[in-house]
Amino acid sequence: MNNKISIRIDGELIPATPGASLLETALAHGKFIPSLCHMKGLSSVGACRLCLVEVAGVNRLLPACTTPVQDGMSVTTQSDKLRRYRKITLELLFAERNHVCAVCVSNSHCDLQSLAQRLGVTSVRYPYTFPKVPVDLTHKKFALDQNRCILCTRCVRVCAEVEGAHVWAVSSRGVGSRLVCELNRAWADSRY
Amino acid sequence: MSKAKVATVWLDGCSGCHMSLLDIDELLIDVLRKADIVYGPLVDAQEFPDNVDVTLVEGAVSSQDDLRLVQKIRQRTKLLVSLGDCAVTSNVPSMRNPLQPKVLLQRAYVEGADVNHRPPTDGVPALLRHAVPVHEVVKVDLHVPGCPPKADAIAFVVTELLESRKPDLAGKVKFG
Ligand code: SF4
Ligand code: FES
Repeated sequence: MNNKISIRIDGELIPATPGASLLETALAHGKFIPSLCHMKGLSSVGACRLCLVEVAGVNRLLPACTTPVQDGMSVTTQSDKLRRYRKITLELLFAERNHVCAVCVSNSHCDLQSLAQRLGVTSVRYPYTFPKVPVDLTHKKFALDQNRCILCTRCVRVCAEVEGAHVWAVSSRGVGSRLVCELNRAWADSRY
Repeated sequence: MSKAKVATVWLDGCSGCHMSLLDIDELLIDVLRKADIVYGPLVDAQEFPDNVDVTLVEGAVSSQDDLRLVQKIRQRTKLLVSLGDCAVTSNVPSMRNPLQPKVLLQRAYVEGADVNHRPPTDGVPALLRHAVPVHEVVKVDLHVPGCPPKADAIAFVVTELLESRKPDLAGKVKFG
């Protein structure tokens, strides 16, 4: 095909499709770039910053999930600098909410937990913040526990882009950001 | 060669990490050939001794007593290991942290009690505002997460330390 372009990932020449993201391209070729907010089939928002990579000629790190491939691009996905930043990012996620893995329903099938293991995070160097965050138990079938939320917004995007229901959104800013149901009402009061 | 002095201590934890330590089974015999256990729930010493080579700390730092003890331990220990999620992350004990201790005691000992509606005061140490990981109050040399850490991981850690090597746990352990 003549609309193929090529990029270099960690020195290896790799064919790519124009319009595809760096992350998709790397994953399709068996490369490992850590990610948490990316989910196949959804738009990419660059929320978690785990997929940061180095691109030759660019003097800052770029999220692979929202960076489109360009012909001739040269990308580094593994370096001491990236390993350091990825660990920092994970540790900040742990410090920001109450992630009590031992009693969590997702223990042993959790992307955050397994990524920490894979990237060698064995402790969190930042003080835990122990925030008091809401748990919505009003719905008949489901519960929302924001203690474990990392604001990846996968649920927001699945609800909007796959279901077309647009129930979920994020309100407020920074560490005060919270997932909200239909402009901040109890889940039981939603149509869903 | 003189034997290494190893201590263990049980702060705010459930003793599960000590159970997992005992689960290293026959390796305990090797360990005891190379080391004396000089303090902790497994032995009878009353006072934390001087010049301890390795101390394994189970549990979060939750009370004034925990804090004083762990500070003393740090002064008297060459290599301090946080053993298990309670020590490493403050884990289950930290679940009280979003509540003020006063509110917590009220919930547990007044609203939740059938008789004697008052928080205990005699012989119990005051709670700190937060149950915190050990490394938030003293320097920790090695973190061994897991609730509890698997016996294999503990065996690896203890064997390496007794050979004077620093175990590399990356990828071998996980939270939870
Ligand atoms: S880490 Fe788990 S097993 Fe160890 S003391 Fe805490 S609750 Fe118990
Ligand atoms: S996967 Fe790229 S920022 Fe989350």
